[in-house]
Amino acid sequence: MALFSKLKSALKKTKDLLRTDVRDLFKSGEILDEAKLEEFHRGLITTDMGVEASEEVVESLREEFGGRTVDPDAVWENVKNTLKEILKGDGSTNWDPENPLSPLNMATEGPTVILVSGVNGVGKTTSIAKLANYLTKSGKKVVLAAGDTFRAAAVDQLTKWSQRIGCEIVRKDPGTDPASVAFAGCDHAVQIGADVVLVDTAGRLQTQQNLMQELEKIRRVINKRIEGAPHESLLVLDATTGQNGISQASKFSDAAGCTGIVLAKLDGTAKGGVVVAIRKKMGIPVKYVGVGEQLDDLQLFSPDDFVEALLEES
Amino acid sequence: MFESITQNLTDALGNFTRGKLSEGNIRDGMAQVRKALLEADVNYDVAKSFCDNVTKQAVGDQVLKSLKPGEQIVGIVYNELVNLMGPVDHSIAIRRGEMAIIMMCGLQGAGKTTTCGKLATMLKEQGATPMLVAADLQRPAAIEQLRVIGEQVGVPVYWEEAGSSTPVKVCQNAQKAAKKEGCNVLILDTAGRLHIDDSLMKELVQIDNKLMPHQALLVCDAMTGQDAVNSAKAFNEALELDGVILTKLDGDTRGGAALSVKAVTGVPIKYIGVGEQLDKLEPFHPERMAQRILGQGDVATLLETAQRVLDAEEMEDQQQKMLEGKFTLDDFLKAMSQIQRMGSMKSLMKLIPGMGQMAQAMEAMDGMDPDKDVKRVKAMISSMTVEERRHPDRIDRSRRNRIAIGSGTDPAEVNDLLKQFKGMSGMMQQMAGMNMGDRMKAVRELQSEAMNPNSRGVSQGKQRSKRGDLTKDALREKKKKERQRQKKARKRKK
Ligand SMILES: Nc1nc2c(ncn2[C@@H]2O[C@H](COP(=O)(O)OP(=O)(O)OP(=O)(O)O)[C@@H](O)[C@H]2O)c(=O)[nH]1
Ligand SMILES: [Mg+2]
Repeated sequence: MALFSKLKSALKKTKDLLRTDVRDLFKSGEILDEAKLEEFHRGLITTDMGVEASEEVVESLREEFGGRTVDPDAVWENVKNTLKEILKGDGSTNWDPENPLSPLNMATEGPTVILVSGVNGVGKTTSIAKLANYLTKSGKKVVLAAGDTFRAAAVDQLTKWSQRIGCEIVRKDPGTDPASVAFAGCDHAVQIGADVVLVDTAGRLQTQQNLMQELEKIRRVINKRIEGAPHESLLVLDATTGQNGISQASKFSDAAGCTGIVLAKLDGTAKGGVVVAIRKKMGIPVKYVGVGEQLDDLQLFSPDDFVEALLEES
Repeated sequence: MFESITQNLTDALGNFTRGKLSEGNIRDGMAQVRKALLEADVNYDVAKSFCDNVTKQAVGDQVLKSLKPGEQIVGIVYNELVNLMGPVDHSIAIRRGEMAIIMMCGLQGAGKTTTCGKLATMLKEQGATPMLVAADLQRPAAIEQLRVIGEQVGVPVYWEEAGSSTPVKVCQNAQKAAKKEGCNVLILDTAGRLHIDDSLMKELVQIDNKLMPHQALLVCDAMTGQDAVNSAKAFNEALELDGVILTKLDGDTRGGAALSVKAVTGVPIKYIGVGEQLDKLEPFHPERMAQRILGQGDVATLLETAQRVLDAEEMEDQQQKMLEGKFTLDDFLKAMSQIQRMGSMKSLMKLIPGMGQMAQAMEAMDGMDPDKDVKRVKAMISSMTVEERRHPDRIDRSRRNRIAIGSGTDPAEVNDLLKQFKGMSGMMQQMAGMNMGDRMKAVRELQSEAMNPNSRGVSQGKQRSKRGDLTKDALREKKKKERQRQKKARKRKK
């Protein structure tokens, strides 16, 4: 899959890099002391995975190797496995590199509805455009619902993307109830026999209760129009986000029943490690990652590659 | 999760307040403080050096010998946080008779465009005539977004078709357009970019070189984690930032990025964004941020106690000075700042036995606001020279007029302040020599004096508060000049 190969090649490099890094940290035959564990702790914290997850990893190292002479490969295996296990979770999510749509729960009949939410500026609209582009290219009929009726020119933004992609868009006047736009989008999709509806929503902070209720309503209304919908509720997280990501995941899940995460802006220097903590606490899996501003800058998440990249020296 | 961290910190700090301190339990406690900082997204290295610093101070003799060393350590943690994030500088350079250029920059999605609208709103309210410039030709509909915002706040927006121009050209043409339209502030809304995107960073530098903005402001998402230091550093290295605006602080983020960004760049945080509406821009206060980073609830209570202990010591120091007749306006200002640091005057008054009723009484006397008074007094004293602060008796008519202009007050107010100070230092001098019972009596006398509507003094607040904002402007004006001077000096060095 050419579309999802960019990150992989980038990760290849870092994998080798990391191996040497860890070897430097725990030279064969050296004793794993507190100073070394601390250094490792620093590396983990820097990924934004949080104190709890970091300490768990360090603790498992301390227990198994603490005060002993170190076999770097064993140490490395131990860390990798701990993190990968966390990210893979119960094994119910599929990330098949041959099929980038594999993590998505598709409707067995009629249009699949994907609701997209998240705090302001994380990359919701761009991620929708990227997904729509991929779906369209794979021969699916896509409808976008411009549910951000609040932010200035948000509808224009999504419209421009739809024109570039060549897919349909359902839009209403600014200030319209977003739930009614979502409803109209679903309605239109049913009528023209579309395969997928992507519903954009305005950015909101998870602490704004009225806006979280609005999101709940959007979800309810979608469900009223199409049974079983939304089939996917994707939370977009900005990879630069720190520990607040946990609060985002928990509160957006309460309102929108998140089934997956799109981790955007992973092309910067931030590692996005907070998804480890989120997966651990709430079980929400990452499904895609955003690696740029262009339409093809979306990639299928891979727990293995992500963990390799997570600990790369930046 | 937050609860448990706050709990840990409370436990740790609670340990401090019990019994004797040893180097050992200071270190244990500081480990908890560090954990709390990391959970608040303070950068690892920043948190570490912060804690090392505090530990060093805490282990020092003075703390261990003091009556309640634990509380003092909490105080050091808090003060150190405040010091690191301060000093505040809310100035935005606006030149009289010349156009001021403000360049906004930052990562994608940080909130630049909205913040441009907020800045324009604020500056317009202050009497400036801003123009917004749509220099983001990258993101679809970014221009339209700014145009809508411009319309909402009633500020002209300069824009060109995205396909047929470049950001540098747009900015240069905007400068000409602004001159023609008689605008005196140009706010450049640049596209969000990654700090590691060389070509886009070069483009920013180009705009910087061509337009020589008076202010380059970084817009930073308050929810940013460990990476905040990397991006802030890169933007600062490219542009020599003049300030930072932290956005999205209306959420529940602890905002450790504030500490990180300040620590690695040294650039002051000027404003914070606290909502999507275009009037939701506030000056940054390190004290509030420090409290936020440390968490609320029990820790806040501990902080309060600690603060009281610290202030008691300082107060003793000041009393000593009064007793010796050495209490100057500088000390007076320090005392004022101390009071402000501890929270609003009103809530403070409620803490002092017997003063609570007075605070209520003052509220009842329609709209009187002791906090505003403190601000005005601070402004007046700030406008005095060192000499004048030490020897207020040397302040003659012409000096008084100058101070009034500098602080946006009027000469009569300056006069009142000087009288009050004179009366107060006399009374303080007396009080310093009294025992507790006599002191309470003196405070009661002060109270009834203040509550007497015919007496001058606190009751002045009513008529003053109407023009409260003038003070801010005047201060800003003064600071602005200072910053411009600094900026010029820096540019020359380059
Ligand atoms: N570098 C990079 N930038 C991204 C990525 N995804 C989105 N962006 C940029 O982030 C900015 C915000 O993206 P949007 O898609 O408008 O974000 P949003 O969540 O819809 O924003 P609001 O609707 O305003 O809340 C834009 O400048 C995007 O180009 C990514 O994966 N990498
Ligand atoms: Mg959007």
